[in-house]
Amino acid sequence: MVREQKAIDRSNAVISIKGLKKAFGDLEVLRGVDLEVYQGENLVVLGRSGTGKSVLIKVISGLLLPDAGEVEVLGESVEHLSTRELMALRLKVGFSFQNSALYDSMTVRQNLEFPLVRNSRNLRRKEINREVEDVLEAVGLSQTIEQMPSELSGGQRKRIGIARTLILRPEIMLYDEPTAGLDPITCIEINNLINEVQEKYKTTSIIITHDLTCAKETGDRIAMLLDGQFAIQGTFDEVFASKDERVQSFYNYNFTQ
Amino acid sequence: MDPNTENPNITPRKYVISKKLDSMFFGIYHAYQFVLRFFREVFVPPYEFKEIIHQCYEVGYKSLPLISLTGFITGIVFTNQSRPSLANFGATSWLPSLISIAIIRALAPLVTALIAAGKVGSNMGAELGSMKVTEQIDAMEVSATNPFKYLVVSRILATTFMIPILVMYTACVALMGAFLSVHSNEQTSFSMFFSQVFDTISFLDIFSTTFKSTVFGFTIGVVGCYHGYNSSKGTEGVGRAANSAVVAAMFLIFVEEIIIVQIVNAFR
Repeated sequence: MVREQKAIDRSNAVISIKGLKKAFGDLEVLRGVDLEVYQGENLVVLGRSGTGKSVLIKVISGLLLPDAGEVEVLGESVEHLSTRELMALRLKVGFSFQNSALYDSMTVRQNLEFPLVRNSRNLRRKEINREVEDVLEAVGLSQTIEQMPSELSGGQRKRIGIARTLILRPEIMLYDEPTAGLDPITCIEINNLINEVQEKYKTTSIIITHDLTCAKETGDRIAMLLDGQFAIQGTFDEVFASKDERVQSFYNYNFTQ
Repeated sequence: MDPNTENPNITPRKYVISKKLDSMFFGIYHAYQFVLRFFREVFVPPYEFKEIIHQCYEVGYKSLPLISLTGFITGIVFTNQSRPSLANFGATSWLPSLISIAIIRALAPLVTALIAAGKVGSNMGAELGSMKVTEQIDAMEVSATNPFKYLVVSRILATTFMIPILVMYTACVALMGAFLSVHSNEQTSFSMFFSQVFDTISFLDIFSTTFKSTVFGFTIGVVGCYHGYNSSKGTEGVGRAANSAVVAAMFLIFVEEIIIVQIVNAFR
């Protein structure tokens, strides 16, 4: 199912990045990235492994600090926030990890309760249970509520990871390789879930992937990260109509393999 | 920097030594920052009471069987090993006094701390290390929870509170073991044995043991958490974190023991 193209209001950027640079030792990963993400869109960031896609969303969520440049999320400059302000911002920015990062000593219920209990300390047990059940239903895994993460499949873990993020009702969702390591059918289910989440919770999303099927099915806009900078941005068709050899080789590799 | 091409005066051997020194001083500075962060965060709300109690249960209650067995055996073995030397001077009646000093001043704190370093320290190193490499700590951070406070501060507080209690418990169990040995060989009564034990130990002994145990507990918590929280390089890093947590904690416990004994002796 290819996502229906919709009109994006380009006057309302919720994430704005200018001249972002990030290096690890001598290795320069991001070399002056400029990017704007608009309210309500699904932006897919494509690129080969090791091009800094995950680093980009870790900087957006404040897990990594930029070496240079400006990163503004929901009008706040991430690198200048105090710890308390950053915590407050993080309640509005959900992060779904590549390996789900579920707390392996807790059940699914405890995993989902954890961010809720810690950030809304006045909630009653009944309300917590209702929130947990609602969000589990949204990802279609109500039956797993008492299971441990080790008892779940890779696709189920991804869904629970997304549910744990959704429970705080974020305005922005950051997905790190949501379909990596999954079989094609589960990939389709995850892609559909990303679209459903966007429609139901009205989130703005950045989806990091190197899976072109995922990009085509979930993205309103594609941005291709090559050599530490965005080489090209546009709709899926616009991006892959490009004559740039690097873009073409990426396309050919994905769709001819 | 390649020592062969960049600077002809730096031999490969000098280069390796300088790199190791560099990394050692960086490690000390990093650990210092870690301890400083603990003191910065421990007094600032929100307080993680529930997690602290859970960790106290993990550190204290779950260590009881091992500590009981080790303490009991230590008491019996030390008594049996000391008896022949005292018997040479016809001084076996001094056994309870000798045992109480040895157990309260040195054996109970050391044995408990070393066992806790092995059991609790390695557990903390491995648990936090595995959470780090599987991005669970990052997940906590992005869900607006301070992982340092939740994971590290609670664990360090738990070991700092629980090790002194475990040490007192070990001392009691070891004294019971020693009593059984003394009773079966010298037919000393329970009341006679323990009145001699309590006559020998002073307030300074109890105070210094409690203080020492608190320092040991803090050390075990800090070292275990530091190695786990800063582990890297996947599963190999987790194993290394657990191993380093035990080795470093044991080494520091002996160093602290020497220093504290010297200080306490100055007050005797």
